[in-house]
Amino acid sequence: MQASSNSEPTPLSLSGVTVRFGNFVANDAVDFSVGRGEIHALLGENGAGKTTLMRVVAGLLVPQSGTIHINGQRADLRSPLDAAALGVGMVHQHFMLIPTLTVAQNVCIGMRRAGRFFPDLKAVARELDAIGERYGLRVDPNALVGDLTVASQQRVEIVKALYRGARILVLDEPTAVLAPQEVAGFFRVLRTLAEAGTAIVFISHKLDEVMSLSHRVSVLRHGQLVASKPTAQTNPAELARLMIGQDLTLPQADGSARPGGMAIEVRAIGYRDERDVARLSDVSLAAHRGEIVGIAGVDGNGQQELAEVLAGLLAPRSGQVLMASPGGPVDVTGMGPGGRISLGLSHIPEDRQRTALVDLSIAENAVLETIDRRPLSHHGMISKSAIRQFADQLIARNDVRCTGPEQRIMTLSGGNQQKVVLGRALGRDPSVIVAVQPTRGLDIGATAFVHQQLLAQRARGAAIVLVSTELDEVLALSDRIVVMFAGRVIGTLSRAEVTLERLGAMMTGQAA
Amino acid sequence: MDILGVLSDPVTIGFLQATTRLAIPIMLAALGGMFAERAGVLNIGLEGTMLSGAFFGFAVAFASGSLWFGVVGGMLAGAVIGLVLAFYTVRLTSNQVVVGIAINLLMVGVTSYAFRAMFGSGTNAPRVTPFPPIELPLLHQIPVLGPLLFQQGALVYVALVLIPISWIVVTRMSVGTAITAVGEHPEAAETLGISVNRVRTLCLVVSGLLTGLGGAFLSLSATGLFLDNMTAGRGYIALAILLLGRRNPWGILAAAMLFGGADAFQLRGQNLGIGVPYQFLVMLPYVLTIVVLIGFAGKVRDPAALGLPFQRNRAEQ
Repeated sequence: MQASSNSEPTPLSLSGVTVRFGNFVANDAVDFSVGRGEIHALLGENGAGKTTLMRVVAGLLVPQSGTIHINGQRADLRSPLDAAALGVGMVHQHFMLIPTLTVAQNVCIGMRRAGRFFPDLKAVARELDAIGERYGLRVDPNALVGDLTVASQQRVEIVKALYRGARILVLDEPTAVLAPQEVAGFFRVLRTLAEAGTAIVFISHKLDEVMSLSHRVSVLRHGQLVASKPTAQTNPAELARLMIGQDLTLPQADGSARPGGMAIEVRAIGYRDERDVARLSDVSLAAHRGEIVGIAGVDGNGQQELAEVLAGLLAPRSGQVLMASPGGPVDVTGMGPGGRISLGLSHIPEDRQRTALVDLSIAENAVLETIDRRPLSHHGMISKSAIRQFADQLIARNDVRCTGPEQRIMTLSGGNQQKVVLGRALGRDPSVIVAVQPTRGLDIGATAFVHQQLLAQRARGAAIVLVSTELDEVLALSDRIVVMFAGRVIGTLSRAEVTLERLGAMMTGQAA
Repeated sequence: MDILGVLSDPVTIGFLQATTRLAIPIMLAALGGMFAERAGVLNIGLEGTMLSGAFFGFAVAFASGSLWFGVVGGMLAGAVIGLVLAFYTVRLTSNQVVVGIAINLLMVGVTSYAFRAMFGSGTNAPRVTPFPPIELPLLHQIPVLGPLLFQQGALVYVALVLIPISWIVVTRMSVGTAITAVGEHPEAAETLGISVNRVRTLCLVVSGLLTGLGGAFLSLSATGLFLDNMTAGRGYIALAILLLGRRNPWGILAAAMLFGGADAFQLRGQNLGIGVPYQFLVMLPYVLTIVVLIGFAGKVRDPAALGLPFQRNRAEQ
């Protein structure tokens, strides 16, 4: 299956590739190659230089030194076109598709082959059908891309690359946007492609995917290639060690929770969305001080809505929300997020880029929720020095890797962004924490940090509601697990009662 | 009076002819704006472009004695402004709104000054004989459509032919797909080998040609003279018309006709003395535009990259 043994030249081989951004070395003399029919996983933490290396291959970056050979020929890639002409197809994390055009139009943009002036979309559609037939990659050529699901759009990206003649396919964290059940089908497609001779580079930081899919795995750390070996000759523990440079086990709840009084409670909550579809029906649950309540379920069974109801972002149609206060429980059903924040609630939202962060500096993001309070401002006048001090503290305490509090937050890696979100949410010693998918898209090191922080808050006496579709995470941290199905609480399991089988059964709607 | 009688009444025919005459310049400017906006550039400079088309069209026609030379002159003036807009908004990635407004203000001064420099400031306004109406055989006798479309000056026919041509270009040709790609997702377009800057510059030049033609229509077909600031906001109205027409040539034709009809109606209303103060009648087409726009609000999806300068993701050295 691998290329080195036969006479054909290696489809892609890089040697000594170095990329610097100012003083920062993103790739340090990296050697990398992928053979015909090989699935080569490129593994590394966020910011290790995986994407940078692949941008070099895609012609988006010219390295300061090093050479690229494609099919044995020295390649001088100055633009994406150069790379595409040599058969490199890149599937970016953020899709390069035009939502208002059809699939057929999208794949043939700029292609002479489809017709110089008038593209022959019927011929394109026939070719797409042929590609779909061959690799099990069915797409409807006439569908508008904007109407397709994320998984289908990803298929379109692959079909597009193949249509445009890709023999080397680079996939940048392709499974990040897929639901667990979609991943299996996607892997089947990749295996078929590899069997047909396509060289595939699979960028990921998920160890289990790398183990199950790839033939070979290369690990990048701080821009350097630290290992490259056949997947069969390694194991997840070794790969994790190579990725982060040390042994690391994810922290776990010790099971010694002694829950205190009620901190937040919902009673018989019901919610219907704008299309009058019931999203939550008769949901009741309470979280107590010093415990982590995990909300498990297949994505889309009401967890998101429940979290928003708890945070005060969504007003339920029926039912009550209560929060503890010094003067006893208060009804906060009609209260917005601001009021709940002053009662001690903290929210770690799911999509940090869209709902948690603003494209401003780290310091400005750090004080967003509390800028109207002393010492950050007096009588509406903000104090720059107090904000700076606050931000410096947050950066130091949470180990945010940055150039300083003035750095724009969107230029940080995902893990460091989440550290700011976490620092902001947890810095004011909240009594209730609603954490939604707090580790989505984070690497192992950052995930461990988030878990440690949540456990520390639990030890301090905060009540934590953890919504996650990562079962491992829910199992590791929760004192109690509430399983949701079709907008209802289908059951609650204590730590002692949980088995994967029971959890799995409940998640598919079979009451325990 | 039977319906056919009403339809062949000279007042009705005059109204229909005026509808088209008033609609065409705005339609052309809106069509120009459409090309720019589909490629992601907000062309606020339509007003100034149109005004220079009107002036240079008139000046060239006057100097050469040929209306058609004038038309070409007006279009070229528009194209030059398109290039200037492209230099600032595409090359220098300046703010598109600010540059557009600057062009508009600048061209009011430039055209008024150049007009005086060329023709002096006497009381005798220079004139050219505008395009005479051409009645197309048989077609001009069709009720309503005849006076509306087939008893017009030559430029009207040119303008009307541009509608299907534009439609084919933007929806059926590969260049149209490329324009959409550039307006919706410029990064994606670059990865597909399309130069965002080249497409946007091209679209701004086409925008200038069409808008300049719209301006030349005002001086060479509608009136036969040039007046200071004679576009009087038509370039801005064109921005609303192209939105109303959903950035689709046929929609733009319909929206411009609606506006032209309202304008023609209010002009006649002023003469009829129907007891409504004329100021209110003058408002009618604009009020109608606003009301229809409200109805359309939110239903028109802007190109995702509209108004956003594109910084080319150059391969770094």
